[in-house]
Amino acid sequence: MAVWRALRLPLRFLGSWWPLRCWAYLGSGFVLGYGVLCALALLLGLGVLLAVAGIGLVLLAGALAGAVPLGELERRRLRWAEPEPVADPHTSLAGAGAGAWLRTRLRERATWREFGYALLFGPVFGAAGFGVLALLALSLLLVVAPVIVWALAPEPVMLIPGEAVAGPLEALGGTAVGLAGLVLAAYAAALVTGAQVKTARVLLGPREEDARVLELTRSRVRLVEAFEAERRRIERDLHDGAQQQLVALSMTLGLAELELRRAAGAEGAGGTTGADGADGATRADGAAVLVRRAREEAKLALAQLRDLVRGMHPQVLTDHGLAAAVAEVALRHPVPVTVDLQVPRLPEPVEVTAYFTVTEALANAAKHSGASRVAVAGRVEGGRLTLTVTDDGRGGADPGAGAGLAGLADRVAMLRGRLTVSSPVGGPTRLRVEVPCSG
Amino acid sequence: MLRVILAEDSVLLRAGLTELLGLGGHRVLAAVGDAPALLRAVEAERPDVVVTDVRMPPGLRDEGLRAALALRSRDPGLPVLVLSQYVATAYATQLFTGGSAAGLGYLLKDRVGEVEEFLDAVRRVHGGQTVIDPEVVRVLLAPRRADDPLARLTPREREVLALMAEGLNNQALAARLFVTEASVVKHAGSIFTKLELDPTEGNRRVLAVLAHLRGAGA
Repeated sequence: MAVWRALRLPLRFLGSWWPLRCWAYLGSGFVLGYGVLCALALLLGLGVLLAVAGIGLVLLAGALAGAVPLGELERRRLRWAEPEPVADPHTSLAGAGAGAWLRTRLRERATWREFGYALLFGPVFGAAGFGVLALLALSLLLVVAPVIVWALAPEPVMLIPGEAVAGPLEALGGTAVGLAGLVLAAYAAALVTGAQVKTARVLLGPREEDARVLELTRSRVRLVEAFEAERRRIERDLHDGAQQQLVALSMTLGLAELELRRAAGAEGAGGTTGADGADGATRADGAAVLVRRAREEAKLALAQLRDLVRGMHPQVLTDHGLAAAVAEVALRHPVPVTVDLQVPRLPEPVEVTAYFTVTEALANAAKHSGASRVAVAGRVEGGRLTLTVTDDGRGGADPGAGAGLAGLADRVAMLRGRLTVSSPVGGPTRLRVEVPCSG
Repeated sequence: MLRVILAEDSVLLRAGLTELLGLGGHRVLAAVGDAPALLRAVEAERPDVVVTDVRMPPGLRDEGLRAALALRSRDPGLPVLVLSQYVATAYATQLFTGGSAAGLGYLLKDRVGEVEEFLDAVRRVHGGQTVIDPEVVRVLLAPRRADDPLARLTPREREVLALMAEGLNNQALAARLFVTEASVVKHAGSIFTKLELDPTEGNRRVLAVLAHLRGAGA
């Protein structure tokens, strides 16, 4: 604590700005702390009383959630008394809806620690701050006692009850006591401020385990992003390179075939008189058949390459979004699929993850379930995308068994979303994804 | 001979397509590599036909398709053939549902291997017909639901519809299916009745498919 370190040189401390900063910190803390205490008493009291009615639970949740902005305010106010800032312990929820924000915050330990701080704030730090401020006020009064005595004369002024001070000069004794009181108020303020800073550091800052989880999440997000970027690069390379080469090859083969057929036609027509002509025509014809076969093979290779590229990153998804890309997959799916996606364009990571989740679920439905129809539905509500894929197959799918699904659950978790699969024996199998749209 | 403007970002394919179109007796006025250049070239040269790739610089997304739509909104009569590395109904919907489909074509890039068919498609688009890739037709004409009007068609009628949707006329269709033109006409009438389409409307050959594209795009 900077303030405690400053106390190690007591005289220099008195001459610095520190006493004023501590008093300002404690003074504002007293006002705020009692405000918080009253609000908490009201919310918690009413909340417990009305808990049966249900509305009480809302009040309790409100009290808990209120600790989050209070924590933010306190971390800022802390800067008056501590140069080293305390980091925000919460995960970033930029762009999330109110519901998503509340659900996430209530699950975070940092919120509960902030709530603990809010409980301590009024009764402990507010009270201690009040004590220090009272001492300060009294000391200031004593310091200016001669002036008061002089100003109020001939009215008697009592510094000690029952004993009137005769004149301003005699009140100088009070000034001395007041100055001592000021010094005491400065040291006391420093001690209390230091204690509050230490408490705030512990309760309002990120814990080491939070930091580790946060860092781990970040590195996993980076990994997924790098992986996605690499897929896109390979897709682009294939598109610009191999695919165009194959198209050009099949075009050249097409031209060759045309030439050979023309040659065969010409020789066949012109060479009726000799065996050479007919022979040449047959050979050209045979070559044309071979070229045609080569072209068919190039076509097959192109088709396979196209499927591969589509599986890596479908262009339709980039150009037209999730609904169009899923509709495309549905059209090509062996089992009839009804698609009901009412979603706007979403951040790319959300679209990509949602798309691959749907394609994986559709592939599983086609392979294992024996389903006769599949329904894909999706909505965005409260800043969250909710997708369900339901099939009428025999169920009994083990979500843990497929590497595909496990990988998707990882990706969904990266986006702070959730993937659940319910597949009772006898069906239906229902896959549900929830992802915050903030990306 | 048609005066063609070609837009394709792969240098290799640009050269190949120029050669192929030349072989078909057409003249390539300009072969450009990105969408803005395509718009400029069409403005300057006033071609008979435009052949463009979907995915092009600067964004490597659907710039070519957007350029095609921009050209068509400026000059609705300009024949445009769009080539794509992969067919997707979303692109077909984008292309065909904005305005008139006459003189518009959408083909898989692979089709350039079928030299004569490709050149024929260029000619048909120039002639004001609509050309839709068989792959799109195949995907779209597979009945998806029990209440799908397409489910009411017989397999033969579906076959006829698919070929009609690709832009073949009755004569070519009869030749392809080894039947008489009269029986093609009979099938067509039956298809229009079952799909509840008014056969007197213009450009009815592709109405069925377009109706589907619009359904898919809705």
